[in-house]
Amino acid sequence: MISVRGLTKRFGDTTVLDGIDLDVREGERVVIVGPSGTGKSTLLRCLNFLDRPDAGTITIGDLTVEAGRATPAQVLALRRRTAFVFQNYALFANRTALGNITEALVHVQGRPKAEARARAEAILREIGLADRAGSYPAALSGGQQQRVGIGRAMALEAELMLFDEPTSALDPEWVGEVLDLMRRVARQRRTMLIVTHEMQFAREIADRVIFMEGGRIVEEAPPERFFAAPQDPRTRRFLARVSGGGSPARPAGRA
Amino acid sequence: MQGLDIGYMWGLVPVILGYVPLTLGMALAGMACALVLACLLAVERVARVPVLDRAVVLFISFFRGTPLLVQLFLFYYGLPRLVPFLVNIDGVTAAVIGLTLHFSAYMAESIRAAILGVDRSQWEAARAVGMSEGVMMTRIILPQAARIAAPTLVNYFIDMVKSTSLAFTLGVTEMMGAAQKEAAGSFLYFEAFLVVAVIYWGIVEAFSFLQRRLEHRLGRAYSR
Ligand SMILES: Nc1ncnc2c1ncn2[C@@H]1O[C@H](COP(=O)(O)OP(=O)(O)O)[C@@H](O)[C@H]1O
Ligand SMILES: [Mg+2]
Repeated sequence: MISVRGLTKRFGDTTVLDGIDLDVREGERVVIVGPSGTGKSTLLRCLNFLDRPDAGTITIGDLTVEAGRATPAQVLALRRRTAFVFQNYALFANRTALGNITEALVHVQGRPKAEARARAEAILREIGLADRAGSYPAALSGGQQQRVGIGRAMALEAELMLFDEPTSALDPEWVGEVLDLMRRVARQRRTMLIVTHEMQFAREIADRVIFMEGGRIVEEAPPERFFAAPQDPRTRRFLARVSGGGSPARPAGRA
Repeated sequence: MQGLDIGYMWGLVPVILGYVPLTLGMALAGMACALVLACLLAVERVARVPVLDRAVVLFISFFRGTPLLVQLFLFYYGLPRLVPFLVNIDGVTAAVIGLTLHFSAYMAESIRAAILGVDRSQWEAARAVGMSEGVMMTRIILPQAARIAAPTLVNYFIDMVKSTSLAFTLGVTEMMGAAQKEAAGSFLYFEAFLVVAVIYWGIVEAFSFLQRRLEHRLGRAYSR
């Protein structure tokens, strides 16, 4: 169970997150959509303190961290309960595909090397990159790098997986393979919080869709209702825009 | 103008070469200590530990701001007075300490720049998987910074090899000292120091060759 209360983040004078309240059940898959610049990335980054929130509390399982008075140990603990998939992959440049996955298993979780290796090899098979185990990120395509990025996150067995637009930086030709892998992860019933612009994908895998604008949660609903009958005019405007002007009231027409 | 006494020079080569191990020994010892110290200084400069940071800034400023020769004299004559058990400090030890501190100040700055040159995504990924700052540094950031800094650090090493000749002024019989002693008997000072120059040149060329090989390898790293 993940619980966020009053999460607030300012950059200088601008309030980027304006008191976010959010609960995510175990195994729930929540997709966040919204125009760019509304604080979606900042929300995910505050959840693992890559950005330091200014106010609010974050609870993951039995760990509660208060924004103002988080100790370094609490920040580490929070990060060890979450996994993050970056828009730009952010693979360790000095580690092979295999090494990217084993690195934290050995040097954060303290697992024996052989066990970490076996686990990483299993993950590489799962993400279809067993034959690229010894390749450095620079030698992989964007799609392959992001699959390793997702594999690295899967291996951590974190209580919450955070995805920040995992397909937005990809050439169109690689988007499909990454979304396929994300669908597979979603079927494993992991707790996922996903920021994406892929509406069809959101409709397929989300238990709940959240629309954010201006640092606030404007509307949230199960995908059927969210796409078929959005309540807030801002949500409707957004959906109309991303569906290329088509009516968001007839989502089935796109599927 | 008198001609060079080639025969004398030729005879001197093996004598001076006999002191090359001492020169390389001082340079290698100084480099190893300087590398460790420079990494610590650089990491501190990036982390900016309160209070300590001011001391480190002062340290770097002093050792970059004063001549190595002056620093060597300060250690040779000052250390025995400051630290009682160093009363019998010999020239080689004083030289290695001086080279270490002097070069660590320069190397700290290039390592710091290299650390800051490591892509932001690398720091974020390391933190996101839950690494402590120390593990992040040793496993992810410093190895990548080392690649960026390596060519510069090799330059400092080459500089250090040449700077060991200053140990001569502390009474150490290294290549310069040996040439001086030989020439004192023959009065062929020019010939003797020419031999020293050529041997230094050869050593530096050898390391420059290794440096180019290293850069070639580093250029290919992480791209398999
Ligand atoms: N490090 C930062 N410093 C200053 N402003 C920032 C920083 N990061 C994000 N912002 C601003 O915060 C707002 C929200 O950004 P972001 O969370 O990336 O939005 P989204 O992911 O929804 O596109 C934007 O206006 C952005 O310019
Ligand atoms: Mg974003």
